[in-house]
Amino acid sequence: MTDGQIVLREAATDARTEPRLIRWIVIGLAVLFLTVFVVLPLVLVFAEAFSRGVGAYFSALLEPEGLAAIRLTLVVAAISLTLNLVFGLIAAWAITKFDFPGKSFLITLIDLPFSVSPVISGLLFVLLFGMQGFFGPWLQDHNVQILFAVPGIALATIFVTFPFVARALIPLMQEQGTLEEEAAVSLGASGLQTFFRVTLPNIKWGVLYGVLLCNARAMGEFGAVSVVSGHIRGETNTMPLLVEILYNEYQFVAAFAIASLLAMLALVTLVAKTILERHLDEGQQLSDD
Amino acid sequence: MTIELKNLVKKFGAFAALDGVDLKIEDGELLALLGPSGSGKTTLLRIIAGLDWPDAGDVSFDGENALARGAGERHVGFVFQHYALFRHMTVFENVAFGLRVQPRAIRKDEAGIRARVKELLDLVQLDWLANRYPSQLSGGQRQRIALARALAIEPRILLLDEPFGALDAKVRKELRRWLRTLHEEINVTSVFVTHDQEEALEVANRVVVMDKGKIEQIGTPGEVYDRPATAFVHSFIGESIVLPVNVSDGRVWVGDQALNIKPNGAAPGPSQLFVRRHDMQVAPPGGGLRGSVRYVRTFGAIQRADIALSAGDGETLIEIDTPRDRQLKLGDVVELQPTRFRIFSA
Repeated sequence: MTDGQIVLREAATDARTEPRLIRWIVIGLAVLFLTVFVVLPLVLVFAEAFSRGVGAYFSALLEPEGLAAIRLTLVVAAISLTLNLVFGLIAAWAITKFDFPGKSFLITLIDLPFSVSPVISGLLFVLLFGMQGFFGPWLQDHNVQILFAVPGIALATIFVTFPFVARALIPLMQEQGTLEEEAAVSLGASGLQTFFRVTLPNIKWGVLYGVLLCNARAMGEFGAVSVVSGHIRGETNTMPLLVEILYNEYQFVAAFAIASLLAMLALVTLVAKTILERHLDEGQQLSDD
Repeated sequence: MTIELKNLVKKFGAFAALDGVDLKIEDGELLALLGPSGSGKTTLLRIIAGLDWPDAGDVSFDGENALARGAGERHVGFVFQHYALFRHMTVFENVAFGLRVQPRAIRKDEAGIRARVKELLDLVQLDWLANRYPSQLSGGQRQRIALARALAIEPRILLLDEPFGALDAKVRKELRRWLRTLHEEINVTSVFVTHDQEEALEVANRVVVMDKGKIEQIGTPGEVYDRPATAFVHSFIGESIVLPVNVSDGRVWVGDQALNIKPNGAAPGPSQLFVRRHDMQVAPPGGGLRGSVRYVRTFGAIQRADIALSAGDGETLIEIDTPRDRQLKLGDVVELQPTRFRIFSA
């Protein structure tokens, strides 16, 4: 037995797989590609951010403009996360647990923000709320500021990130079906009890997954926010917008310092995503047997 | 509790799942809804539970309109075909669920809930599984936990949808006997759905045979087996020999051969003769159905033979069960005589 195994391992060509040369070429190409397009830029961001030392890095971050951008980004992300969590849950619940006419249309509609260019999404809000827009004059009369202010930025972000939670939940909830809910109802549970005691625990990892992706996009969104923000320094610049402005003004250390925060967010998201995917897979296997 | 269903109609698009069903379920009985898939039996069960609503008709529990109440207010225990246990809860919490969601005013305290769950787990003989999750249980165990969960709310009626459908043959047989004993013990009005005639005949006090959204026959297991009301029931329950016959002049004809039996009041015209396999016996020559033996095998006390009948146009192959005292041999020409039979017009 042992001899046989050794012979197998030492065989120059193994019929079960590709020749070694081809394997190495394919793997090498993949590694090269990832290095040039993913690893190198990531390293460069941090290298550039720290090019004048740690002190310069932190003083760039702690500039009033930088702090304002970080604060605004966090506020907008918090608003859009909360609302999209609620909307996403409601949409997924409605689509997967009930039958109604126009259901497939609603599913298509949920995907719309993914298929529209973010710039168009931003313009859409300008058309709605701008001075020449649909609600513009009315808002002006009542002294409500939406465009070039936090509400506009939040609205644009909500629009762009709307699909994440719903998209993460719909397939999961479709697969789980409505049987457990029916069991809960027949045992006397109310609608809310059914949701909080049966549905939500079953989809919690999916919810976290959707929230995570939604957050990454909300903090990183550039196009739509750029159109509605107005770029008022220290007021309506989110982190991605500030990076661009600083870069254009040749303040490379400051630009890359802010950019490094976004890059770190991406890395954390990636790790969290991997962990969540493992949990989702486990949940899947449990329900499969 | 008695349940009365009047003229229930339920349509899914153009398909009529229930097409005018009337049924009275008596207090304390164990009733089987038996039929092929698509016969409407599960729909009927879901309507009683309040998980589906009829397009027309009435459902009343003890004379009270049940359609005015939602599923949660009917105090109905429902056991799903695939158990539908809450996968993120332990066995204990699954069984406790119905007690925990009760309105505060009537909810038991924690000690009361624990005691009741323990009692139910003892009843289904699975108290040692209290801390497991559903994914760690076998099919038969899941089924019993589902039953314990349904019983926790002290249901006025217990509804079971294909309770043994997803289990293997041996476990199924065990659970059947166990369900019967359990029913005798707790004596709650119970209705179960099945497509397995053996299950229905063995477990139920009364059997409702359904086909295409209608009730074909209601009766005890003995009645539906021995005196099927329609051709459908005869062919669905037990195995039957079916022969096309013609009733005329007070006689029964197979092709041009008159049988030595009376039509028993069957209307003249083209009809179908139904005979159980063990009711078709080899008779002394004269007036029987002539056929030749094609194949013989023995099972314990009986021998099963394929007989090719030559009456009528062409050849009809039937299978009969006869005692082994008269040994049949390949190629024998025999005459057959139905000892018990039913005739339904075609």
